[in-house]
Amino acid sequence: MNSLPVLLSFLLALMLTSLPLPEGAVIYRPEWLLLVLIYWTMAIPERVGIFTGWLLGLTLDVMYGSLLGQNAMTFALVAYLVGILHLRVRMFPLWQQSFMVLILIIIHLALNAWVRGITGQFSIVWTYWMPALTSSLVWPFLFILLRDLGRQRISR
Amino acid sequence: MREILRRLGGATPATVRIMVLLAISVATMLIDHRTQQLEGLRNILQTAVYPVMFISTLPREVIRGISGSMESSSELKTDNESLRQENLLLHSRLEKLHSLEADNLRLKRLLGQSDQIAERVLLAELVEVSLEPYTQKISLNKGSRDGVYVGQPVINGDGVVGQVVHTSQFQSTVTLLTDPGSAVPVMVIRNGLRSVLFGTGVRNKLSLPYLTADADIRIGDVLISSGMGGRFPTGYPVATVTEIKQEPSDEFLTINTLPVTQLDHGREVLLIWPEIAKEKIVPLQQEIVDE
Repeated sequence: MNSLPVLLSFLLALMLTSLPLPEGAVIYRPEWLLLVLIYWTMAIPERVGIFTGWLLGLTLDVMYGSLLGQNAMTFALVAYLVGILHLRVRMFPLWQQSFMVLILIIIHLALNAWVRGITGQFSIVWTYWMPALTSSLVWPFLFILLRDLGRQRISR
Repeated sequence: MREILRRLGGATPATVRIMVLLAISVATMLIDHRTQQLEGLRNILQTAVYPVMFISTLPREVIRGISGSMESSSELKTDNESLRQENLLLHSRLEKLHSLEADNLRLKRLLGQSDQIAERVLLAELVEVSLEPYTQKISLNKGSRDGVYVGQPVINGDGVVGQVVHTSQFQSTVTLLTDPGSAVPVMVIRNGLRSVLFGTGVRNKLSLPYLTADADIRIGDVLISSGMGGRFPTGYPVATVTEIKQEPSDEFLTINTLPVTQLDHGREVLLIWPEIAKEKIVPLQQEIVDE
């Protein structure tokens, strides 16, 4: 399988992540990059996995100005978990996958909050968990989109 | 190096790889948190992702450009007129300021104090990209290529905005005063009382935690940067006191202040390079020793 759609989807996810949103919409932004990582780790675990996740997380740290290694750690961990579960999860219906995405993103957010709590003053407001919910809501659409993107490449 | 990459890429079991990567992450986080040593690396990486950030700002810029070109000429005329008047007013005030500055310098020289007068400034524009959620940071379109450095003070027309925390070749990240990690040495303009002002993480609220009940401070007092610590130059307005509370159980006063700059408005800020005045002023003690 060509790696172009993989690269392209990661690039697009990065752009969606840094895209300026109006005040108030920012808190609902899904974790695009992590979602795309979860998809590809599930679909082609022999190509995309822990190390890819780590690099993507590091890119996000650089873009966000957060501690170097903060998102790299959580991304690698999520990729690791997906790697363990991928055979089972691929069989799940979409809504069950969404639920798993919810849990994974909560883990990601919790680790982030933990690091930020240790290194500075950081108090969680409830909207901090919003991206987990929106991410799991967009998951089915993203899944179908990326699956079709991957299939098109194969059939050529 | 290639061997390491190959091993991390899949030649070793996943459990080992995740352990190694987690260890590396924790190490880099520690180094990044405690020291400035990774700033060089961050500069390079941030420059590398610059194209992505640039492209994602384009839609906003296009919309802004279109709405800008639709401003009517009459609007522009009235704008121009009011700006001209303001310019005239500021000019006349500046004339007065020049003579005051000369006076001030002379007096300070008598006292044997050095003063920061010469300051180089650079206008920078806000880049609208999203940074880490729930932090008070902004991104600017000037970077280390323009001489921006980590720790550099940032101001706007009203007063202090914050300081630079990361730089890349073309952009820099600024921590606003309201960020929980921010602290500025200030003094009360009325009586010279010194303290340190901290960010709270809440927009439009700064706290002044280390003043005791007998401190001479009132609501409405203006706080200016005191120049202690050598990072922020002296004399820029920072905040005004809005609330003073005395908890019976607490030795210190709870003081809330409002930053003078509207941090979420405006697109332009100034980067400043504080420089000690070229003429070195001989301190009094030294003269005594010389005699």
